[in-house]
Amino acid sequence: MAVEILKEKYRSKVGEVTLGATKDDGGTRSHTITVGGESALPFLHFEGEVPNRPVVALEVWDMAPEDWDPLFEKFYGDVWDDPGKWAKKCVDEYGADLIQIRLKGADPDLKDASPEDCVEAVKKVLEAVGVPVIVVGCGKSEKDAKIYGPVAEAAAGENLLLGVAELEDYKAVTSACMANSHLVIAQSPIDINICKQLNILIAEMSTAMANRIIIDPTIAALGYGIEYSYSIMERARNGALQGDKMLAMPMIGNVGLEVWRTKEANTPEDEEPGWGEQEERGMLWEATTAMAYLQSGINIMVLRHPDALKIIKGNIDDLMQDNSY
Amino acid sequence: MGLTGLEIYKHLPKTNCKDCGSPTCLAFAMALASGKASLDACPHVTDEAKEALDSASAPPIKLVKVGTGDHVVELGEETEIFRHDKRFFHPTGVAVLISDTEDVAAKAEAFEGLEFHRVGMDFVTDMVAVQCDSGDAAKFKEAVETVAGKTEKAMVLITEDPAAMEAALEVVADRKPLVCAATADNFEKMTELAKGKECPLVVRGKDINETAELVGKVEGLGHKDLVLDSGARETSKVLADLTQFRRLAVKKKFRPFGYPAIAFTTKEDPREEVVQAGVYMSKYADVVVLKACEKQQLLPLLSWRLNLYTDPQKPIAVEAKLYDVGEPTDDSPVYLTTNFSLTYFIVEGEVESSRIPSRILSVDTGGVSVLTAYADNKFSAETITEAIKGCGLEDKVKHRKVVIPGHVAVLKGALEEESGWEVIVGPREASGITKFAKDNFA
Ligand code: B12
Ligand code: SF4
Repeated sequence: MAVEILKEKYRSKVGEVTLGATKDDGGTRSHTITVGGESALPFLHFEGEVPNRPVVALEVWDMAPEDWDPLFEKFYGDVWDDPGKWAKKCVDEYGADLIQIRLKGADPDLKDASPEDCVEAVKKVLEAVGVPVIVVGCGKSEKDAKIYGPVAEAAAGENLLLGVAELEDYKAVTSACMANSHLVIAQSPIDINICKQLNILIAEMSTAMANRIIIDPTIAALGYGIEYSYSIMERARNGALQGDKMLAMPMIGNVGLEVWRTKEANTPEDEEPGWGEQEERGMLWEATTAMAYLQSGINIMVLRHPDALKIIKGNIDDLMQDNSY
Repeated sequence: MGLTGLEIYKHLPKTNCKDCGSPTCLAFAMALASGKASLDACPHVTDEAKEALDSASAPPIKLVKVGTGDHVVELGEETEIFRHDKRFFHPTGVAVLISDTEDVAAKAEAFEGLEFHRVGMDFVTDMVAVQCDSGDAAKFKEAVETVAGKTEKAMVLITEDPAAMEAALEVVADRKPLVCAATADNFEKMTELAKGKECPLVVRGKDINETAELVGKVEGLGHKDLVLDSGARETSKVLADLTQFRRLAVKKKFRPFGYPAIAFTTKEDPREEVVQAGVYMSKYADVVVLKACEKQQLLPLLSWRLNLYTDPQKPIAVEAKLYDVGEPTDDSPVYLTTNFSLTYFIVEGEVESSRIPSRILSVDTGGVSVLTAYADNKFSAETITEAIKGCGLEDKVKHRKVVIPGHVAVLKGALEEESGWEVIVGPREASGITKFAKDNFA
């Protein structure tokens, strides 16, 4: 019996966005990475194109993190006082597709690093690795507004992915990206309407920017609200395929950051003997969270544990196999 | 299910005799469509009409049960492609695989120990699969018997050899195991065995075409408690096949696929296996069979199942009130949190493990988390003050101090002013509470 395969007909597809720039395009990256472009739901190759695989970044900070679980020391302890070395290790040893540097040190409550220090840190990463680079601020918007400009300018031509723009606070980072032709992360709090509205506002500042947005729909860790983010992402992706241009951007999520705040990732086995060995538990908490977002349509993920990266890249390899009938 | 009033009306006698209690046949049809009436109320429907309506109103995917007693696992009866459209109903059965060539007793014991407690809930692996790798019916039977003696959970029996299956069923048929699997080569014998013992049966084709064909043949032999296996084992292909099963059943009412589906992991590394199983769980597997059996490997997977199968329509809330942890006195500390059950249970767990008798005031935030409520003004100086005044706390403690979550430290000033209580800013994550409590209240 030949079963009549059900292929959904979609009106549109996800926009393609290229991160990084090589020498020919005015940058210094050894290669670029293109994400998006799918005209099918995640990995359903049988009904459309999935031209670019999702990619996985590892997270680098501009300061040695004080609150990371001690288990990370063996991976990063020898390099985390130098973002360049840290980034290089992530790419060369752990196989990160790209690097996200978080300018945590700029936080006025931490090191209150100056915009010049931030530029320095980003430059170190750019010099140390050839992969495309994502830069995010410290999360305190007043301070971040002072950083975006200098960083964007110092890295002009590199086609960075810079963030984050939020509804109440999108102009500083968007202007910095426009002036130096970088890409912007538009972050909305798990809300489709805010997500669209923000994209519209950014596009109003510059039509060219409309094709230079990566959506961060805000994600949560497994067990901490993941089902909300998962469903918002599925809805956004469906919206994109059905022709909503203001939802048709690729998506990013900070999986590592969210997961390594959870109790399940950080609690030693002797405190919770019923939960099994800690490091594997935390690593799998991260990999499982990432797995779920791959199924809801994510394009770029930022992870923390090198084994989670390896396992998830393997999962992406498997899912990218053609499954047409 | 899913029939409109008009579609139902076509099959009714259209005499408007009112015997059903409705003023007209159309009114009765509308009541049926919205689930407010049952077809039995009309004494005049013909048998053909009844059958047409029954089959049209049958759920797109049949409910299949595995196991007995307290350990029945219900599979199927799903109606959605996306959880946000309504919800998923019957959580994927997670079956841990035991081969008859390994130390069966040891693994079965380890399996029985797999129970977790997290956020106020118990998590369990609900199924155990026993596979005949020895090729020896007697050995398989012995393994199945050993496992059955160690656990009462629902079982899956895996062998394509009818003789081995028959031997195993001799010892566990009354436990209603899932018989796995009928194939093109053995389906007559397997169907006879499963049907005879009233056990659900996996139908395994070489691909989805053969699976559909085989379902027809097995149904033809009179067995209708089936579970689908397309035979594919590569992650991407399994994802596609599971998607086709679900879509064709739900959107096209394609009857051969109107049954739950089973998937099997292939990865050797248990960590990769967990991720592979997670893919199948996310996209439509009703049972997944995997070898991984360590707590740290299964806890993430079972947590994902819990999250995936929650009802997106309603946040799970606890009653907003003052809770006692241990036996608090008029001197004990008071913690403030929201009534989102996840948040509440996380906080309660931590306060409990501080071993200092305490009270927790869960403020009515409509069942949302701390920051979500704060951003929406449901966790504000006003709402919190109202809760403090309204719960009788002032009569129960002689101090006037509350601990608030670190994430809403900014509330301190306004809350102190509004309530007149001293506000202590606690740690941001609840996992810091134990240490915080020891430093401040011990
Ligand atoms: C899931 C989610 C939602 C869900 C709500 C689910 C629910 N039932 O709560 C939905 C989609 C509905 C939602 C909506 C909104 N959300 Co929301 N949401 C999230 C998300 C992704 C996870 C929240 C969660 O469940 N956390 C898990 C729980 C357990 O955390 P928690 O309650 O904070 O508890 C922890 C700690 O606070 C601590 N703790 C708790 N109690 C106590 C008590 C004491 C004494 C102590 C010491 C510690 C402590 O322990 C817990 C574990 O460590 C977060 C982002 C994120 N990744 O965290 C955004 C987030 C909370 N949302 C946000 C916003 C803005 C909104 C909206 C206002 C957006 C909008 N305009 O639509 C709406 C408001 C909706 C409404 N009308 O109520 C913002 C809040 C920003 C801010 N800082 O104020 C966040 C942070 C996202 C962001 N970065 O922008 N949201
Ligand atoms: S009893 Fe049957 S025939 Fe009579 S009005 Fe009701 S639906 Fe119509």
